[in-house]
Amino acid sequence: MSQDGYRKPVPTPSPESKRYWEGCRNHELWLPFCRDCEAFYFYPRDFCPSCFSWDIEWRKGSGRGRIYTYAIQHRAWHPGWQDEVPYVTALVQLDEGPRLYTNIVGVDPDPAQIDCDMPVEVTFEDITEEISLPKFRLVS
Amino acid sequence: MTPSDGKIAALYKKVAIVGADESDEIGIVPDKSTLQLHAEAARNALEDAGIALSEVDGIFSAGSAGWSPTLQLAEYLGIQPRYTDSTSVGGSSFVIDVEHAAAAIHAGLINVALITHGESGASGGRRGGSARPALDVQHPSAQFEMPYHVGGAPTHYAMACMRHMHQYGTTHEQLAEIAVATRKWASLNPKAMMRDPLTIDDVLSSRWIAYPFHLLDCCLVTDAGGAVVIVSAARAKDCKKPPVWVLGSGEATTHQTIMNMPDLTTTPAAVSGPRAFAMAGVRHKDIDVVEVYDSFTYTALVTLEALGFCGPGEGGAFVSGQRTAPGGDFPLNTNGGGLSYTHPGMYGMFLLIEATRQLRGECGERQVPNAKLACVNGTGGTLSSTGTLILGAD
Repeated sequence: MSQDGYRKPVPTPSPESKRYWEGCRNHELWLPFCRDCEAFYFYPRDFCPSCFSWDIEWRKGSGRGRIYTYAIQHRAWHPGWQDEVPYVTALVQLDEGPRLYTNIVGVDPDPAQIDCDMPVEVTFEDITEEISLPKFRLVS
Repeated sequence: MTPSDGKIAALYKKVAIVGADESDEIGIVPDKSTLQLHAEAARNALEDAGIALSEVDGIFSAGSAGWSPTLQLAEYLGIQPRYTDSTSVGGSSFVIDVEHAAAAIHAGLINVALITHGESGASGGRRGGSARPALDVQHPSAQFEMPYHVGGAPTHYAMACMRHMHQYGTTHEQLAEIAVATRKWASLNPKAMMRDPLTIDDVLSSRWIAYPFHLLDCCLVTDAGGAVVIVSAARAKDCKKPPVWVLGSGEATTHQTIMNMPDLTTTPAAVSGPRAFAMAGVRHKDIDVVEVYDSFTYTALVTLEALGFCGPGEGGAFVSGQRTAPGGDFPLNTNGGGLSYTHPGMYGMFLLIEATRQLRGECGERQVPNAKLACVNGTGGTLSSTGTLILGAD
């Protein structure tokens, strides 16, 4: 159930992503890890997209990374963001390697304040009883 | 040469584009369905070729009206083709279809391939319904992207552009050079939607859509149809107009979701481009005219780099000084592009039409003198897929 007034899309976990979303619910960023490559990957599936090994496990990530790139969205293409433009979308490259698509929060949507390669850390937004969204803020 | 290279090279000059045209109207066309746009373009391209619809035995369409594009289209046109291809990898699909059609013709499976497009990008939404099938709610994009943003292509291309600017120092002014040069070409094309002169300052002072993109860094959203007809070398001899040969082709895909794009500062054209050039046996300096997908100013810039017309990160300097404008030494997007001519949502078809017209010498005021070799590159998805062609006139 969405919280009152939450009008943005709410993710529907799939069997292979259930562990990820459970981690988020506990405000922890858990990531799939390939035992053969000894590397993290994203998004979740039951095998490694680099080597097609099905010998995988879940590991808790550090929640830290850098802004690989970003954009400042000035147009609300969906009613859920109507009152929030401009806002920042970004790809965060986690210290563990994979990139997450996310929002940078707690900063003015101003290119003078944000840059690629800036260090960031995860922060969770509880949007429903079951779902918390990992977003990122600048590390001061 | 490995055996697979040998098979690819076997497509050199085996087929030709013999017909190419738009729908009767392009631009804002609210009173025609997407299927009618397909059909008008098909009729016009077949007339251009001097080939009857009854001779078409292979049909190629990426769709724009929901599920099963080639089933819809074949029924609508009233034909029962023996070969259909609904490759749907975004705006590059039509360019990729040329290679697929060449393979099918060369293998003897079909004789006449018809590739069509029709899309009501401007007017379709007002009719209700959805042009494209909705995503499954558990699709990776629905789970891991849409909770953070829902939007059109500008969102993701802007993020790619931002990384390029950060990594190489590419500037807003350099991107604007492309918008201005492309508008100059459009002013010479009676079919182009936006023909008024544009300055770099106009681009830089237009409102932000998705920083780093201004409004005028972004393509148009229009209604339009287009079609091309492709036949074997033997059949090409009996067509109305001189053949435009497919000399080289390449196709490449790297990802779907932008979070899985390996390197945001290039495109899969870095793979499809060298294949097409190698098959054609030509060098970059031999090319007379270049038609590349310009969904955004950045798309054109990064594509020139990926194709190897300049090095990685050199695109900004390469396009400066209105080099790609009429009279410049690098004629680019001579119809006015997606930026100023037309862009119904998936644009690749219109690259083929313009390259064909340039190589036939049909372009009037905007004709590139003695154009004999063209390079075409379609980009689709979120810089996800590309098709590159080297086309040549006799």
